Amino acid sequence: MDLSLSTRTVGDRTIVEVGGEIDVYTAPKLREQLVELVNDGSYHLVVDMEGVDFLDSTGLGVLVGGLKRVRAHEGSLRLVCNQERILKIFRITGLTKVFPIHGSVDEAVAATD
Amino acid sequence: MAIVELRFSALPEHVRTARLVAAAVARRAGVDEAVLDEVRLAVGEACSRAVGLHVGHGLDTPVRVALIEEEKKFSIEVGDAAPTATAGAHGSTAPAPASPTADSEEAESEMGLAVISGLVDDVEVIADDKGGLIRMSWPVTPEPVLP
Repeated sequence: MDLSLSTRTVGDRTIVEVGGEIDVYTAPKLREQLVELVNDGSYHLVVDMEGVDFLDSTGLGVLVGGLKRVRAHEGSLRLVCNQERILKIFRITGLTKVFPIHGSVDEAVAATD
Repeated sequence: MAIVELRFSALPEHVRTARLVAAAVARRAGVDEAVLDEVRLAVGEACSRAVGLHVGHGLDTPVRVALIEEEKKFSIEVGDAAPTATAGAHGSTAPAPASPTADSEEAESEMGLAVISGLVDDVEVIADDKGGLIRMSWPVTPEPVLP
């Protein structure tokens, strides 16, 4: 399965809904999307990963890169994920300490800390 | 011992194929269903890393994957042709919170090894002047699933 991406705006947050597989082949598309959003002035991103079937370290690298870019503008990058097999990868790499991970888009949009 | 071998040009789009083949052979070999996700992720990480090394070194040789079914374990070997790049990599990959510079290629490679080390109990990383090899093994249940 390929990668699907769609974006929408809720208040000052931009929701990036990701579906499919994020790997070494598809991750560049996600990177382009995040770079484009930041270049267009969207600095508060919520990446909804509920539709993601597969995530590897290349995808993690892209998310970390996105975080770096929004932080340069005092922005934020929050993740929405409830899938244990995806959460496990964030835990293994210690990235649960780096990304705020929420159970729903509503929760991520409401979060302010 | 039964073996399935796969060789693919060092292109990102073929890594998914390697994951699918590895998962199918692992299932056939009797690797527990609950562990198949880990097999898929680990072989994907190893192949992504090998593709990155081949591209980085300008190598046009294929990445090699061997799927080896033994009596009590299932092993996957992913071989690259990049000289000495992985020497001493294993054991120094304690997962650390990634720094904001982690989107560099090298950091991705390191994160890939960190994921493999975190996922797979039985893993060995070998490297010499001819290339590197990541060998990973999982236990299999006594009665393999029939096709």
